Amino acid sequence: MASRVDRSAFSEWLWTVDHLLLAGFVALMLGGVVLSFAGSPPVAERLGLEPYFFVKRQALYLFPALAVMLGASMLTPRMVRRAALVIFALGLVALVLVLFTGVEVKGARRWIDILGFSIQPSEFIKPAFVILIAFLLSEAGKRPEVPGRLFSILLFVMVAALFIAQPDFGQTMLLLMVWAALFFMAGLSWVWIGALGLLGVASLGSAYMLLPHVTARINRFINPGSGDTYQVDTALEAIVQGGWLGRGPGEGTVKRILPDSHTDFIFAVAAEEFGIIMCIVLLSVFAFVVLRGLTHARREPDPFVRLATAGLMVMFGIQSAINMAVNLNMMPAKGMTLPFISYGGSSMLAVALAMGFVLALTRKRPRPSRTAPVVVRRVARVPIDPVK
Amino acid sequence: MSLAASDFSPLAASARSRAQAPRVSAVVSRSMAEDAGTPGRVVVVMAVFALLYGLIALRLIDLGMSDETSSSGYIGAQQAILAARPDLVDRNGELLATDIKAPSVYAEPRKIVDVDEAIDKLSSVLPELGSDAMRKRLESDAGFIWLKREITPLQREAIHRLGIPGIGFLTENRRFYPGGPTAGHIVGIANVDEQGIAGLEKYLDGQGIADLQHFGFATDQALKPVRLSMDLRVQHVVRDELSKAMERYKAIASVGIVLDVHTGEVMAMSSLPDYDPNDPGEALKPENLNRATAGVYEMGSVFKSFSIAMALDSGKVTLDSKYDATKPIRIGGFTIHDFHGTRRVLTVPEIFVHSSNIGTAKMTLDVGIDQQEKFFKRIGLLDKVDTELPEVAAPLLPRKWSEITAMTASYGHGISVSPMQTAVAGVALINGGMLIEPTFFPRTATEAAKGAKRVISKRVSDMMRYLFRLNAVEGSGRNARVAGYMVGGKTGTADKVVDGRYAHDRRRNSFLAAFPMDDPQYLVLVVLDEPKPEEGKYYATAGMNAAPTVSKIIARIAPMLGVVPHMSEDSDTTLVSY
Repeated sequence: MASRVDRSAFSEWLWTVDHLLLAGFVALMLGGVVLSFAGSPPVAERLGLEPYFFVKRQALYLFPALAVMLGASMLTPRMVRRAALVIFALGLVALVLVLFTGVEVKGARRWIDILGFSIQPSEFIKPAFVILIAFLLSEAGKRPEVPGRLFSILLFVMVAALFIAQPDFGQTMLLLMVWAALFFMAGLSWVWIGALGLLGVASLGSAYMLLPHVTARINRFINPGSGDTYQVDTALEAIVQGGWLGRGPGEGTVKRILPDSHTDFIFAVAAEEFGIIMCIVLLSVFAFVVLRGLTHARREPDPFVRLATAGLMVMFGIQSAINMAVNLNMMPAKGMTLPFISYGGSSMLAVALAMGFVLALTRKRPRPSRTAPVVVRRVARVPIDPVK
Repeated sequence: MSLAASDFSPLAASARSRAQAPRVSAVVSRSMAEDAGTPGRVVVVMAVFALLYGLIALRLIDLGMSDETSSSGYIGAQQAILAARPDLVDRNGELLATDIKAPSVYAEPRKIVDVDEAIDKLSSVLPELGSDAMRKRLESDAGFIWLKREITPLQREAIHRLGIPGIGFLTENRRFYPGGPTAGHIVGIANVDEQGIAGLEKYLDGQGIADLQHFGFATDQALKPVRLSMDLRVQHVVRDELSKAMERYKAIASVGIVLDVHTGEVMAMSSLPDYDPNDPGEALKPENLNRATAGVYEMGSVFKSFSIAMALDSGKVTLDSKYDATKPIRIGGFTIHDFHGTRRVLTVPEIFVHSSNIGTAKMTLDVGIDQQEKFFKRIGLLDKVDTELPEVAAPLLPRKWSEITAMTASYGHGISVSPMQTAVAGVALINGGMLIEPTFFPRTATEAAKGAKRVISKRVSDMMRYLFRLNAVEGSGRNARVAGYMVGGKTGTADKVVDGRYAHDRRRNSFLAAFPMDDPQYLVLVVLDEPKPEEGKYYATAGMNAAPTVSKIIARIAPMLGVVPHMSEDSDTTLVSY
């Protein structure tokens, strides 16, 4: 163990990083591999791959993911900002490219091939987006002459437009919620909050009225008899069958008929095999990580660091909460991955990057105290001993 | 002066202790004012997340508390295979019905990887599983379905070797009837779920077996065998002789019943054609109906026994009473003839022996039609006979008890009763006058006496025994005699109703007999449906076919039932005294 006296970069990192938060992230990553044993073999079989194809892939992703997370956690807030800017710029280019060269899967262009890797740019642009918005809003707070709010609105419209073009309504909704949360935490006046809230309700209403598949999904949730609630019903049945302690690893049957058992419905599959108690443990880890990250943000005096940390944790938290709520039939079905747990390379790396940023931003560092500058009105009169 | 320049820069101020801050609050910058609110906003966000996660946790706990409905199909299946029934044995302990272990094959469609492959392989052993309906069921997301219940061990082995995932076996109890059709109508049928659906099997369900099964107590060990009153040997003889008679006289159906006259126990009951309970589909064919209890027929002259017993018991008629049978009776457009026309005045025994319709009708009118209806009611001919068998038909009665219907009913026309009903009433005529409810379960004479009801006096019963015996000595029942057993009985030859008219070429013959007539032990009733004349003979009356069939049955069963023959005196010609 590095001594506190050791001032090398590693030991500095080791002593300043939040160990509990780090432990929480690593636990979720490892948990994801364990749960993929339950969720992914049936999917692999359906695709004609060997049963543990996705398990192996997920385990392999652990290494780059860990590297990205730890690497990002070593950055200083200033470097985080810069990294975010670079990633955002690259991401925007990729998002435009994906519209033209992307591979169409299930009617949406979300994937792009870069150097033989299939990458989902929207995943990577999310954390960068959060950090840039946090920067813009904090600057706007510091220097009123900077039109940070206007810029952040423009930024959001730009990214949201690219997301909708794919189309990817789930990610757009997530982006909107995180963006709104950032505005809220940046101290938006309640008048504006009210106005934006109305806008949100109106846009949800219009989505319900105008987009047929949104209409169908919400109708199905409100009135299960009105349509095909196959996935959600099956997920619920899986959880109930698992009971408190689960049926045991590999004993689940419902996963065989859930189409997205390794991604969107991994939580239900985990419940069937490992039991509701394990699910509550998993839920607790998510809750712990999110609340601890937000606690850091609350204590953080620097507006940028506070907003960036809180924004990233809100994104992580919303994603996990929506995924679990959908699995438990508490809200209309919405394709949303469970961070660190669901299968997917891009999602895994992007979440690792985002949480690396969080670790970087929540590191203990010698902070400039946020007390006001002291104006010295008088120079103390120091008695001058005459040198005699 | 040693004041550092840095002291004046804002950054350097941070080095100072926070204690200094309050003193300078007056110069708090604008940015501070805005920042002051935002940590509070983060707390709001934290509260929202705490609430969200809390709700999710509550939902999980709620789901955990909910009933594990599991797949109900499997639970049902578990209950079905746990079900067991008691063995059924005859009065001597011979096995009639038992449970054997049989494998059943089921599928868990969710676990089947490749439905096409599974169906291909399965149908190589069980071809009936290759249907489209089965494919649909296997493609469903059901948790459990039966593929085929109760397959053979060989089939089980073959399917097991195919190694299809999602296909499994459960060993369950299967009902097996070692006797096959011999006692099929009595024993009945239990279905694949071990529920009685016919015969005594169904009766037992009503007696609590079903409840036991429901609560899971009906396990193999807990159930004692259930003993029936039936004697499998007697049952076999009756069925054997009936089938021989049907072949010999080209009859289309037949019924044979043997009752213990003191206990009302059914010693044998056979109705041909019958079915093998191991092949339950057979039971549904209409021709395999249990005619003994579930069929009602005009019994014909057999009914004269009841009419004469009624007349004698009324006290208005004695054995010496005489009735003019010289002319047919004409009433309301009908004419009542005698088949064996004597055209003279007949005494009561002569009416019985010559089976005179005219005499019986006149005698009935003499006593009164109300009296007749009351007597028929008393002796159980007007109500559904009460036995343990679920398959029981109610008699078909004349709509109005008028003079004409009373007269036809007196010789067994215009009133349809079941053969079992006839036999039970017959028992009361010869056992001293007690009507005993029949039973398919063992009963002692004392137990029977408690529930018995006197319907005629002992004296009239003795007269009836004399008449029955007389008829076998010099009347239509001569062919029923068996050396040493003193058989007595009454024939009945009833023209069948075809298209609403009596057809003279189709008849239903019966013979109601008991033995030995000096101390009756058992009653035997045989009914043959549409017997044809034997080759070289012109008639096919009951005396020509039903009576000899009874004779053959008695000759075989009397030794089995322990009835001692009296060979020393010429018993076959001796009349009983009365």
